[in-house]
Amino acid sequence: MTAKVDKKEKKSRVPMPEQEPKVRARNFLEVPTGYTVKMAQEEAERCLQCKKPGCQTGCPVGVDIPGFIDFLAQGDMTGAIRNLWSKNALPAVCGRVCPQEIQCEGNCILGKKGEPVAIGNLERFCADYEREHGTGELPPKQAATGKKVAVVGSGPSGLTVAGDLITKGHDVTIFEAFHKAGGVLVYGIPEFRLPKAIVASEVNFLSRLGVNIECNAVVGRTVSLDELFAEGYDAIYVGVGAGLPRFMNLPGENLVGILSANEYLTRANLMKAYKYPEVDTPIPKGKNVVVLGAGNVAMDSARTAMRLGADSVKIVYRRSQEEMPARKAEIHHAQEEGIELCLLTNPTRYLGNEKGRLTGMECLKMELGEPDDSGRRRPVAVKGSEFQVDCDLCIVAVGSGANPLLTSETTDMKLNKWGYIVTDQQTGKTTKKGVWAGGDIVTGAATVILAMGAGRQAADSIHNYLTLGW
Amino acid sequence: MFKIVRREEMTGGTVILNEIEAPLIAKKARPGQFVILKANEDGERIPLTMADSDPEKGTITIIYMVVGKSTALFKTLQVGDSYQDVIGPLGKATHLEKVGKVICVGGGTGVAVLHPITRGLKEIGNDVTCIIGSRTKDLLILEKEMREASHDLRICTDDGTYGHHGFVTQVMEEILKSDEVKLVVAIGPVPMMKAVSNITRGYNVPTMVSLNPIMVDGTGMCGGCRVTVGNETKFACVDGPEFDGHLVDYDELIMRLQAYQEEEKTSHKHFCTIRDSK
Repeated sequence: MTAKVDKKEKKSRVPMPEQEPKVRARNFLEVPTGYTVKMAQEEAERCLQCKKPGCQTGCPVGVDIPGFIDFLAQGDMTGAIRNLWSKNALPAVCGRVCPQEIQCEGNCILGKKGEPVAIGNLERFCADYEREHGTGELPPKQAATGKKVAVVGSGPSGLTVAGDLITKGHDVTIFEAFHKAGGVLVYGIPEFRLPKAIVASEVNFLSRLGVNIECNAVVGRTVSLDELFAEGYDAIYVGVGAGLPRFMNLPGENLVGILSANEYLTRANLMKAYKYPEVDTPIPKGKNVVVLGAGNVAMDSARTAMRLGADSVKIVYRRSQEEMPARKAEIHHAQEEGIELCLLTNPTRYLGNEKGRLTGMECLKMELGEPDDSGRRRPVAVKGSEFQVDCDLCIVAVGSGANPLLTSETTDMKLNKWGYIVTDQQTGKTTKKGVWAGGDIVTGAATVILAMGAGRQAADSIHNYLTLGW
Repeated sequence: MFKIVRREEMTGGTVILNEIEAPLIAKKARPGQFVILKANEDGERIPLTMADSDPEKGTITIIYMVVGKSTALFKTLQVGDSYQDVIGPLGKATHLEKVGKVICVGGGTGVAVLHPITRGLKEIGNDVTCIIGSRTKDLLILEKEMREASHDLRICTDDGTYGHHGFVTQVMEEILKSDEVKLVVAIGPVPMMKAVSNITRGYNVPTMVSLNPIMVDGTGMCGGCRVTVGNETKFACVDGPEFDGHLVDYDELIMRLQAYQEEEKTSHKHFCTIRDSK
């Protein structure tokens, strides 16, 4: 037994091929190009098939990781995807955008001494293989219960709820405010990280399972939660996302050329403005671009700006690289593509010309002081360190707040002081009877997989409510 | 899909009326609210304040001026054709209240938006004088409808071809001097709303304007429609589209409306090249 383990440890992780940085920095094609069958099986064989798999406990939706990897290692691709689908309706998405390094892969025993199994890459491979070569056969569904569920929002949590409840026999309708389903997966995450055809295929999988999808339906405006109940829905899940862009409240913020990351990415991704004028929605193409913020959304914005032909793209962040909230891999990818990090730098005001267009910004140098409430060292301005950065486009990616569109129209649902929906932590139940909520509108901006985890929890609770009455 | 059931060309084809099947929106729509329309898969999302809605027929009416690529594309849609997407009703409805003497000032296609508001103000018992204007007689829209919706209709043309020779602001100021006006509602080109607000400020008459800045989602998510109102940043899509005219920073709004001027030219040229090659 020991010998077997030693033998496996010697194999190093199979890297996923990627487009060259210089090439990909100017196109919108996906950056990692995917495993071949041989690569996937070679990587799958590295898995030790632990009896108590740490990876699985690290997964917010509890994917049976050793299970699907075992199917894959044995060449049973259908078995692998079936196994994945039983816990995760969106494997092609999760394989690409989950922060595996702090979840499944972060708990992999192989990672203690060497490199963990590339679980994300393998998940992606299984989903892609099924989409390209699979039988298209759907997983089994339970008998119809006759209960109707409305899911508000078609982002990762809403799609998870819909997928879980449709297979449990309920009648599910998703209401989406935009003209296309997918939420942040279509408007937020760029094509080069998550191709939209893949999201469409995941959404289509749910449609094939029988989920109704109503686009252009702004719940809170077109229809209210109470009207949905009056129409005969037995339960409602609210997964509308955070959806309120934060700005920095600096002088000059409304100059032309300053966009929220929400707007910039929505234009680029949902509206496909990078194809302008073949499509009708324009997007500002900056020569010198500054992105404010250092999370994944900031990285996505910066990398998009580079692909739209910028001469220079700078990430301006008031703390140091260590505190950057973005995934390490995203920062690495951005830097490889020529994006500059201006750390310990804080903007103080925007500068514009007589036409009201952005020409630059004034910044201050910062240094790290004592730790603040978040445990990170507080950035403190260095007196007299003002300097100017020239830019004609600034993308503000400093986080988002709770969009009040739905919640302000729903008076009997309790919100916290920041406007997020208050829910029971175990079940996702809100204070309004028959209504559950999850994802960013409960937690504030987080990850795709955490939203999916919340969706899973709520779906279980909704199922209990519909079948057992509690 | 949202089918066009009635279409009219006004002012020689530069202004188009579409009555569109949208039963869910029609059921909820109130004066002052807007919709976002998208013609086809690659289309742009265009916000337009509704000119009318009919909950029984399940239709809404929009009236738009053909100014760029997207509206030129809208113009190609005939009765029986459909918009791929219509989203709404969005924004806050007009706060209609009985206050007494009211002046409604409209310019360009703003008159279309003003119409249901004027009608609503009259219905709840206000004494409504309406002033509508255009550059020249042929560009005037909805004269008959506005006459019915108000107690007194005044018309102005810049070139004197019809009604008062001059601007709507001149006629408005005459009334402000003689009558005790309680409210002015001004909807039209930004310079008109700015001029109206500058005058009414002097008379201390509350003034409401309806703004139509560039936006994407219309639900408060993108922040593209930022306007400065009383030194605060507001989102026109959820905080508006109507605001206190005395507090709006019109100069900033004008600059923000020109954000994509160059791109719009490229797009319109691209559209015309393709259309003309067919």
